[in-house]
Amino acid sequence: MATLQVELVAVERKIWSGEATRVIARTTEGELGVLPGHTPLLGQLADGGVVTIRTEAGDDLVVAAHGGFLSVTEQGVSILAETAEISSEIDVERAREALRRAENEGDTPEAQAAARRAQSRLRAAGDSA
Amino acid sequence: MAGSLRALRRRIRSTQSTKKIFSAQELIAGARIVRAQARVEASKPYAREITRVLSALASSASLDHPLLTERQNPQRAAVLVITSDRGFAGSYNVNVLRRTEELLSLLRQEGKQPLLYVVGRKGETYYSFRNREVTATFTGFSEQPNYTDAQEVGRQLIDAFTAGEDDDREAGAGGSAGRDGILGVDELHIVYTEFRSLLAQVPVAKRMAPLEVEEVDEFDYEREERAAGGAGDSGIPTSYEFEPSAEGLLDALLPKYITTRIYAAMLESAASESASRRRAMKSASDNAEELAKNLSRQANQARQAEITQEISEIVGGADALVSSGAND
Repeated sequence: MATLQVELVAVERKIWSGEATRVIARTTEGELGVLPGHTPLLGQLADGGVVTIRTEAGDDLVVAAHGGFLSVTEQGVSILAETAEISSEIDVERAREALRRAENEGDTPEAQAAARRAQSRLRAAGDSA
Repeated sequence: MAGSLRALRRRIRSTQSTKKIFSAQELIAGARIVRAQARVEASKPYAREITRVLSALASSASLDHPLLTERQNPQRAAVLVITSDRGFAGSYNVNVLRRTEELLSLLRQEGKQPLLYVVGRKGETYYSFRNREVTATFTGFSEQPNYTDAQEVGRQLIDAFTAGEDDDREAGAGGSAGRDGILGVDELHIVYTEFRSLLAQVPVAKRMAPLEVEEVDEFDYEREERAAGGAGDSGIPTSYEFEPSAEGLLDALLPKYITTRIYAAMLESAASESASRRRAMKSASDNAEELAKNLSRQANQARQAEITQEISEIVGGADALVSSGAND
């Protein structure tokens, strides 16, 4: 079965790379699923979005990615993010705390961005915000 | 004689304790280089990917983005200087600042007014001591920069650059603010220290904006990849689909690309800083050891001279007693 070579890189380090059968992401235009053999594509990931990678073994890897891009080529998929966290590494308590703090801070763009980040972390961790 | 012996011993003690400080600093810097190098390595996959995406985009989109277009008659240029927060790093800061001075005088010759953006406390004090105007300073992270630090710096620079877009550049020296009422800049430059090896760190000055598209190829990752990837890529440029439009993507991508370059420059500078510090501390502790050795030689000599003198005084005294007894 054909697979996708997926690379997930954040600015400070490479987070994950490997073979996957499917990648689901949300760009600024809408939800998007990538299967092997997809047309080359460049997309901007929506803020507060979650990327789901189905690995070769059939497990779903859920990642909270902020400020990112998705690039699909014949060779595979690369996901670039300013920060990215795999769901298993997310500290739900801290994300909740961050969300509360951001909501109390009012309507500044920074606070809104922080709130979106916290929400996507919670969503990736499978916790409804 | 006894006085000088005591003074020498005191100097030996103080030299030895400063030597301890130097060698501790050397060890710390050594450990930091390893960590800084690892971070430079860890940041490379992202830089490589974003460069690839950008060159893919550049081949498809029309390149009339403000960050890419050369402005007519540029008047003001922002210069970002990356120095360290702490001293004890040999010629590290001096070299960066000297390179900056060269760039500044070059810019002035070209009729542009340079504006300084300084990272690091050493650069800050250098300019404030000389009463030179600095537009913004960023301190407290020179040894271990985070991406958020680079974001902060990048945001200010890009804001200044976009604010400069509508400035009236024909108005003579300095120009005047345009419609938005903010006097921005027309060019962005960066001066940082490139980490070539543990022994060679070179201060370099580069222009960040307007970006030249050739600069995207400067890394030549694509060719590298093609060589490694083999036959899969026939060399025909892939035609991409874009979500949102190519222009929209370029808008989002270019500021991030510049921030990534600032971040990379900060990481390189941090590695260079630790490397120069280690070298400076190594020679300082070597010198301290040499000094302590020479001083203890002198101290031993002084001690022996003292003993010899005491003996000769005793012998002389005994002789005098004996001879005076014999005369009785």
